[in-house]
Amino acid sequence: MKIGVPKEIHESESRVATTPDVAGQLIGMGFTVSIESGAGVRANFTDDAYREAGVEIVADTRELWSQSDIVIKVRPPETHPELGVDETELLREGATLISFVWPAQNPELMDRLQAKQATVLAMDSIPRISRAQKLDALSSMANIAGYRAVIEAANHFGRFFTGQITAAGKVPPAKVMIIGAGVAGLAAIGTAGSLGAIVRAFDTRPEVKEQVQSMDAEFLELDFKEEGGGEGGYAKEMSKEFIEAEMSLFANQAKEVDIIITTALIPGKPSPRLITADMVESMRDGSVIVDLAAEQGGNCELTEAGRVVQKHGVTIIGYTDLPSRLPNQSSQLYATNLRHLLMELTPEKDGNINVDMEDEVVRGATVIKDGEITWPPPPPKISMTPPTPKPAPPPEATVVKESKPSGWFTLALLAVGVLSILGIGSVAPPAFMSHFIVFVLAIFVGYQVIWSVTPALHTPLMSVTNAISGIIVIGALLQIGADSGIVIFLASVSVLIATVNVAGGFLVTQRMLKMFRK
Amino acid sequence: MNAGVVTASYIVASILFILSLGGLSHQETARRGNLYGIVGMAIAIVATITSDQVSGIALIMVLMILGGIAGFFVAAKVEMTAMPQLVAMLHSFVGLAAVLIGFASYVDPSINLSGTEETIHEVEIYLGVLIGAVTFTGSVIAFGKLQAVIKSAPLLLPGRHWLNLAGAVVCVWMGAEFLDAESVGGGLVPLTIMTIIALAFGVHMVMAIGGADMPVVISMLNSYSGWAAAATGFMLSNDLLIVTGALVGSSGAILSYIMCRAMNRHFVSVILGGFGTESGAVATAAEAGEVTAASADETAEMLRDAKEVVIVPGYGMAVAHAQHAISEMTHKLRSAGVNVRFGIHPVAGRMPGHMNVLLAEAKIPYDVVLEMDEINDDFPNTDVALVVGANDIVNPSAQEDPNSPIAGMPVLEVWKAGTAVVLKRSMATGYAGVDNPLFYRENTRMLFGDARDSIESVVKHLG
Repeated sequence: MKIGVPKEIHESESRVATTPDVAGQLIGMGFTVSIESGAGVRANFTDDAYREAGVEIVADTRELWSQSDIVIKVRPPETHPELGVDETELLREGATLISFVWPAQNPELMDRLQAKQATVLAMDSIPRISRAQKLDALSSMANIAGYRAVIEAANHFGRFFTGQITAAGKVPPAKVMIIGAGVAGLAAIGTAGSLGAIVRAFDTRPEVKEQVQSMDAEFLELDFKEEGGGEGGYAKEMSKEFIEAEMSLFANQAKEVDIIITTALIPGKPSPRLITADMVESMRDGSVIVDLAAEQGGNCELTEAGRVVQKHGVTIIGYTDLPSRLPNQSSQLYATNLRHLLMELTPEKDGNINVDMEDEVVRGATVIKDGEITWPPPPPKISMTPPTPKPAPPPEATVVKESKPSGWFTLALLAVGVLSILGIGSVAPPAFMSHFIVFVLAIFVGYQVIWSVTPALHTPLMSVTNAISGIIVIGALLQIGADSGIVIFLASVSVLIATVNVAGGFLVTQRMLKMFRK
Repeated sequence: MNAGVVTASYIVASILFILSLGGLSHQETARRGNLYGIVGMAIAIVATITSDQVSGIALIMVLMILGGIAGFFVAAKVEMTAMPQLVAMLHSFVGLAAVLIGFASYVDPSINLSGTEETIHEVEIYLGVLIGAVTFTGSVIAFGKLQAVIKSAPLLLPGRHWLNLAGAVVCVWMGAEFLDAESVGGGLVPLTIMTIIALAFGVHMVMAIGGADMPVVISMLNSYSGWAAAATGFMLSNDLLIVTGALVGSSGAILSYIMCRAMNRHFVSVILGGFGTESGAVATAAEAGEVTAASADETAEMLRDAKEVVIVPGYGMAVAHAQHAISEMTHKLRSAGVNVRFGIHPVAGRMPGHMNVLLAEAKIPYDVVLEMDEINDDFPNTDVALVVGANDIVNPSAQEDPNSPIAGMPVLEVWKAGTAVVLKRSMATGYAGVDNPLFYRENTRMLFGDARDSIESVVKHLG
């Protein structure tokens, strides 16, 4: 089948849906790939590089769309500024489109695609399960956005991030607060930390605390119990009381920190307002806020989507295209995510895709199948992190050995033991009793000695005790000189096999012990 | 050599045997311990042969040289994976010797006792033969099961407890008959009947015990062989035999106890056999779900990227002879700066300490091979836990599902590691017949195939 890669038409969009490297791999999977001339230029991929990878360069936009069985894109289809038609109109009847779609926000787009009898796979609808991690373009883009957010903040921040003591005076480190420790938040924590800043992070989901701390950032906590983990590992909306507690925490932090990076998003809903105008005003002059939720309305009250503004001496960055500002990197990752999705779709590697609705990942991504809307998909089976902790520790499994005998029982046992030994003593001849002393003492010596044997040496212990129990040969030796033929015969056999035991046991123990080495 | 010197030699030998067992408490002193044992044995045998009580030295020398060569040959040839079989076979020899010595002692016309002394002597013979016979056939069956000559699944005869009970009653009755017998000829009949019953009991007992309970069986037979030697010592009024027998007997008993504790089961219930069949609660359908398979390539990548790796071997490693491949992988990873350690469950394998021996054979340094209790707390900080051919000993339902047949059994908590990679031939359940929810965990990857092939291919991908 033929894959077509049009040039992105969204203003300021610099990414491209495939790179020369990935295109080569797609060709290896049996596809033919063509790309619109100049599609990769802004991401530093020239037409020549694509041509070398075996990709056909098509100059005419309409031709590219109409000849492709599968169109892969970054942004959802929109009106083409030069041709004046919507990209959905360019899509061939019954073709397959793979791109970001955001079906919840774009119902009209869904209708148009449905009318085209298209099959549409939305990169934003890939279920968040482990198997699909390599397809998860949202995560790979969020990672880039988090990195870029810190870089943008550093660019607009008038000081070092790292603390320094120089001949010209002491420089305090910058304090960075990151709200929302998802993929973008964690990437921002890592980037800010590696620039030397003091990083704090807040998230409504307590289970991310460990992840935050593992990146050497401080996890800000509320004295408030509410779980923020929603379906599929995303956050959910919180109660009023919780938000109040949260807001007072942010208000306190705002006075202290130099940089705030907000990444709080709730899928399919406007983003929560976390940083009020008052808080912005309370921040020191020269501080920076980067609002990664700008496109969904912004976490900061004063954010203007797509722009950088100065309010109360604070720079507020509301770029909605942070991944696109690292076009080469983001194109590479996005192209790889796409390739993994195409691999899921073409298990035979014959260049023919098969949209298998039984496959959980493919089912999740498919929002329109042959002109039929299949969105939203059934909820994913497993959450990234359990939404609720296991209900209390499970009932203690019965541990047999725990039931220690009571003191009375031990005493009674001891009494029975003493009495039975006395009983034996009362009837047995003295010769027997002297042997009996030896016997009982030897058991106790054995008991004391064996407990200290390390478990690693249990096998050598068994083989050496085995060799030692070959001492029974002595019994046979004492009998072998008897007068009776049958006794001599029995004793001879005993000597023979007991000697096998002695020799074999010691030798094999020696062999084993030689192997134990540091 | 007079009797005093012989007795003194026996004392020296006894001390050396105790030092020998004591030496085994640490790897550093273990070889010296074995040497003590050899010296002690040599002293005991030489003292006995040269004592006034023994004649027929020529015959003895021939027999001992033959036996020694046979023992030497077997011990030099045996593969480390076949260690449990060898130990079982050697146990059976001790049992058989005890039976033969018991019979010989009974028919020996030179012993003339009367009254209580005679009764006690006869009780000693009777017990010695009884224990010896059970040890003998029990060990033979254990050998057969370990060698896979006999199927390792437990054989459960209907009314098996009643059969055992009836056998015990007959043995007691025959014992009374034996003591009452006027002549040696008259006593032989009940003694022989009892021997046959004891032999049958040994067979029946071990037949009813399944493969994974073998560590208990082997150490129990080890214990029995000691008691048989002790009983022989009483029979012949020989203190060295008594001391040694008691040492070995208590050693085996403690090992059995340790093994039982490691499975959270009562000794009696292991001996009676039939895991999980009595409670009837087999495999409550736990979290059935999808398993995530991984390739050797992905596993190699995970291991390379990890800082802390714990390998948990099980019987599957022994079956596949994977220890050398694992050793190679370990060396590669350790030289790449990955901290690779091993976690050993007490009942992993078919014999106490089985895994340690195999890993030692593959030249894995023993200080990275840790016990369950030492390593269990470290799993949360472990990046990858690699489970090689183990199942029940890493089953989380032992902790989480009170209805599970293995509930309460201490297990290695591999699921707490970042990722658990399970090497397995198929999705079959473990010995206990319990489904393992570990396989369905989100952080578990299954690497299907023969353990050795899988590891070798991981090694290849490590480059």
